[in-house]
Amino acid sequence: MSHLVEEMSAKALKLGIPLSVQLDLTYRCNERCVHCYLDHEDHGEMTTSEIKNLLDQLAEAGVFFLTLSGGEILMRKDFFEILEYARLRAFCVKLKTNAVLIREKEAARMRDLGVESIQISIYSHRPEVHDAITKMPGSLKRSIRAIRFLRSEGLHVTMANVLMLQNIQDYPGVRALGAELGVEVTIDPTITPRMDGDRSLLDLNIDQVALERVFREEGLVESAGESCAPPTGPDEDALNMLPCSAGHTACYVSPYGDVYPCVQFPLPSGNVRQMKFVDIWRDSPQLNEVRAITLRDMPSCSKCAHGGTCTRCPGLAFMEGNMRGPSTQDCEKSFARTGIPSVNLMSKKSAVAGLVQIQSVPAMATAASA
Amino acid sequence: MSGKCYVARSSKIAARMMGNEMMIMLAPESTLFTLNEVGSVIFNAADGTTPLEEIVAERVCSEFDVEFDVALKDAEHIVKELAGHGVLLVSDKPINPPLAFAQVAR
Repeated sequence: MSHLVEEMSAKALKLGIPLSVQLDLTYRCNERCVHCYLDHEDHGEMTTSEIKNLLDQLAEAGVFFLTLSGGEILMRKDFFEILEYARLRAFCVKLKTNAVLIREKEAARMRDLGVESIQISIYSHRPEVHDAITKMPGSLKRSIRAIRFLRSEGLHVTMANVLMLQNIQDYPGVRALGAELGVEVTIDPTITPRMDGDRSLLDLNIDQVALERVFREEGLVESAGESCAPPTGPDEDALNMLPCSAGHTACYVSPYGDVYPCVQFPLPSGNVRQMKFVDIWRDSPQLNEVRAITLRDMPSCSKCAHGGTCTRCPGLAFMEGNMRGPSTQDCEKSFARTGIPSVNLMSKKSAVAGLVQIQSVPAMATAASA
Repeated sequence: MSGKCYVARSSKIAARMMGNEMMIMLAPESTLFTLNEVGSVIFNAADGTTPLEEIVAERVCSEFDVEFDVALKDAEHIVKELAGHGVLLVSDKPINPPLAFAQVAR
């Protein structure tokens, strides 16, 4: 993050301004990715006029960074009407898409409308792997073709490479593809639960050994030595630290108008069909509860050596059952980076060890043999 | 700058007031910068149809304790710099949409 963006974020926090909003325009999608956390049925998306009204409200509230995502944004027939309106309202617009519906015409329109950046999901450089994940034959070819169109228009494109069991071997190939296409590649080794709470998707997460390898890969992390250094434990400043921007300077709005602290933090905080966005942002008890939490308020994490350096996602912690609790996936990442288990992982280990001991209590053995 | 000068916000930028500063992002270079109070007033008033002299007289001099000649010189300097970055469009004739934003929130 640049110094100026940090400065702006600090100012937004002080002024209570929602600097960044992700608005999912639809959950419908033309791909069926094996790791997707969404329900792709349309349960009553906001209409074009509802979205334009919301964009007016977001601009009035001071939102600057607007991410339009989904689902697949181009599944909406009114996508360019919405994008044009968003740009007329002077948002800095970022798009997240699988890009399979982007051809020359769409790429040129995105350039004309001054889109800041476009993030495209690429799972592998090999069609047989990428297409097996998206369950859409030909999808890699179409996404790459779209990237070329977008680049030829001078647009800033990022390839997002989500790592899972199916593609863990392929990130070097994706990085090489990114270099060939002249685009940045980001790697994300986190598969999240479905928004309805179903955690079965977590089985797709890469294992600890692979995670360790990713964190030590040259070029993937800014400074492997620094990020893999043993943690020193949270100091006073860290204990007063806010977990992340969710609910503080950022939030998420679903295609149905539901407001959440973040796309990965499914805590319903209000609906823009029933209330003004700014009233939800300022007065929602749920958002205010999220805002009140510092590291000091987290019983386990405040005592953990990783407390000051952990990438703990409060949304993942919430989906695990407690927004003040640890996010085990992030504990595993901290462990993979440093080799030092978190308080949470240690307590899970003791709980398992405890159960084994109970099984070996002589009295129970006697009862079993009797 | 001699004669009448019209200024308009470019449609290629993103902009938002935060407190008394204007945040501006240039796409696709992703260059972010901020304007101070005076710069923000000029930027907000740059509708393509109001001459810069009028913006300075009616907006800058009325909001800030500054002489017209000094304010105009400063405004011309700011406009030249912003035009160099592609943030503002400058012309000796009025500039009409859709070249420029119709409105900027806040």
